[in-house]
Amino acid sequence: MKPTAPHPPDAPAASGAAILRLDQVRFRWPRQTRDILDIPHFTVDSRERVFIKGRSGSGKTTLLNLLTGITQPREGTVTILGTALNALSGTRRDAFRAEHIGFIFQLFNLIPYLPLVGNVTLPCRFSAARRRKALERSATLEQEARRLLSRLELDIDALERRPVAELSVGQQQRVAAARALIGAPELIIADEPTSALDTDTRQAFLRLLLQEAQAQGTTVLLVSHDASLETVFDRAVALETLNRAGTPP
Amino acid sequence: MDIVRLAARSLYNRRYTAWLTLLSIALGVALMLGVEKVRLGAKTSFANTLSGADLIVGARSGAIPLLLYSVFRIGNATNNIDWQSYQAIAHYPAVRWTIPLSLGDSHRGFRVLGTNRDYFEHYRYARQRPLEFSAGQPFDDVYDAVLGADVADKLGYRLGQSIVLSHGIDSAGLAKHDDRPFRVVGILKRTGTPVDRTVHISLAGIEAIHVDWQSGARIPGAAVSAEQARAMDLTPRTLTAFLIGLDSKRHVFSMQRAINEYRPEPLLAILPGVTLQELWDMMSVAENALLGVSVGVVVSSLLGLLTVILAGLHERRREMAILRSVGATPWHIVTLLVTEATLLASCGVLCGVGLLYLLLWIAQPVIESHWGLYIVIAPPTGREFILMALTVGAGCLAGLLPAWLAYRYSLADGMTVRV
Ligand SMILES: Nc1ncnc2c1ncn2[C@@H]1O[C@H](COP(=O)(O)OP(=O)(O)OP(=O)(O)O)[C@@H](O)[C@H]1O
Ligand SMILES: [Mg+2]
Repeated sequence: MKPTAPHPPDAPAASGAAILRLDQVRFRWPRQTRDILDIPHFTVDSRERVFIKGRSGSGKTTLLNLLTGITQPREGTVTILGTALNALSGTRRDAFRAEHIGFIFQLFNLIPYLPLVGNVTLPCRFSAARRRKALERSATLEQEARRLLSRLELDIDALERRPVAELSVGQQQRVAAARALIGAPELIIADEPTSALDTDTRQAFLRLLLQEAQAQGTTVLLVSHDASLETVFDRAVALETLNRAGTPP
Repeated sequence: MDIVRLAARSLYNRRYTAWLTLLSIALGVALMLGVEKVRLGAKTSFANTLSGADLIVGARSGAIPLLLYSVFRIGNATNNIDWQSYQAIAHYPAVRWTIPLSLGDSHRGFRVLGTNRDYFEHYRYARQRPLEFSAGQPFDDVYDAVLGADVADKLGYRLGQSIVLSHGIDSAGLAKHDDRPFRVVGILKRTGTPVDRTVHISLAGIEAIHVDWQSGARIPGAAVSAEQARAMDLTPRTLTAFLIGLDSKRHVFSMQRAINEYRPEPLLAILPGVTLQELWDMMSVAENALLGVSVGVVVSSLLGLLTVILAGLHERRREMAILRSVGATPWHIVTLLVTEATLLASCGVLCGVGLLYLLLWIAQPVIESHWGLYIVIAPPTGREFILMALTVGAGCLAGLLPAWLAYRYSLADGMTVRV
């Protein structure tokens, strides 16, 4: 971990310490008969770039659901930035996520009826803190969105007028990355964001995402079944080694 | 959070289905409020037509038909009453004034009313307003005519013009009283009542054009010139009905009884207000049925709205997951969907109101000239506002079902979005 960008002054005291921590977490979906996740311990340090690999169906997306507080573990605690998510009410958890976490889906990240820039600035509608941080960097949210998009090498002027559904998958993923980055959340979580991209685009996308995240001091946690990605990360972990539950047949 | 802007954008994204839904709500609302307007218009215009008369007397038939043909010029009398009976009753001590009414002829679609000058003196409409002349004066000569405002307007008549009356009131194949033209001597100011569509002549005039007629046809070979007719005895033999004004309201019921028990011929006396109320009671079934049908149309258009939102819901699970990932609470999702439904419903209601006023504006003259119903173009009444609010409320309620489903989805799906 290399200290690069100055730490945001208002971030909870987690510098250098674990930004994310799982303790004795067990989880199963409503109709499942056994736990799909049973993780005794797992931490990610602030500004670390971590890759979790696991094969399809191993519970990667399920794990991310827990990390974002969208679902609750059956047992154990998920702590992010020193806050135990299960201690928060549902609404507070949603607000916490809006403020501190940027999320990138595997595919179809964009809301079809919002314009390209509107998709990027979406988190700022739900979090005043991210709005404020975005406005510290640029005069308007739109300018900040444009700045991030151009940092991610997206030709915004050419694409802006088109409906977002017409963008190529690679372009859509860059827009999603800009959305995750806007307002400098402490943590970006990405669920196989590159699996629909070809090898060249994949490398370029990851390089830009990680570079920009580092520039604003954001920790990145990325899950994928594609082991070839692990070289660009600080640390790579196999979900199977974390998870005592093993994979259901 | 500007959920409203998000909802509006989402609707705009599905603008074709949204437009159709909106249109169907607008049509339903326009229909519903239109029924309400026509009902109200009918009521006020009926209630405003006659005031001041205590009794209406006609040949014995139904009370409602008597009211309709004598005052509203709707339908025809089946029987006439004798001039002697009229004379006798007009001289009862409690009677202050009477207005004789003799109907049955027409002029280019407008009814001709034979009466006397007391009509211009005592007839009252709306809140005790007397008739006023915009030009000329009451008839004096046998062949004088006084026109209602509409008659003069629609046919472009001026004072001094001569007009020919037709026998009977059906518009097709009328025999004309063309040998006895009438001269326009007066034009009344607009009243918003059937008076506007009436040609008034004296009872003597009615007699004069019928001296050589018998049972609806000219007596062959008995041609009498207009001037010859003038010299004849033009005292009417029959009347269609007459209005009575009493010295005091106290006598209304005793007078009514006296007339209903009048020996020489069977007569019927009615209290206009009471009979009008009977008419409303009779109409209220039809009124409610009409309102029921139009409410049904609104409800079915709201079901359409529900269908549109529900149908889109499944493919929007991903959208919900994205919103959750950027920090939307499940309640935001619920609000989004309810707002969409409410927006659609309220825009539908607004468009419906706009459509209604447009239609009223177009149709008002047509309705007035065809049915004599003057529909006032006024701002919505309290009752109409309630109907509108109920529609928006129902739309909002219709949004709750998809909202609840989306809430369930977004809790169950989390970030696991299936495409
Ligand atoms: N929302 C859900 N409700 C019920 N069961 C679920 C849900 N999401 C995932 N599961 C189940 O949990 C298991 C793990 O699914 P998950 O999506 O976490 O795997 P994954 O590692 O992300 O797979 P992939 O690489 O294909 O995305 C699967 O058996 C799946 O059926
Ligand atoms: Mg997955």
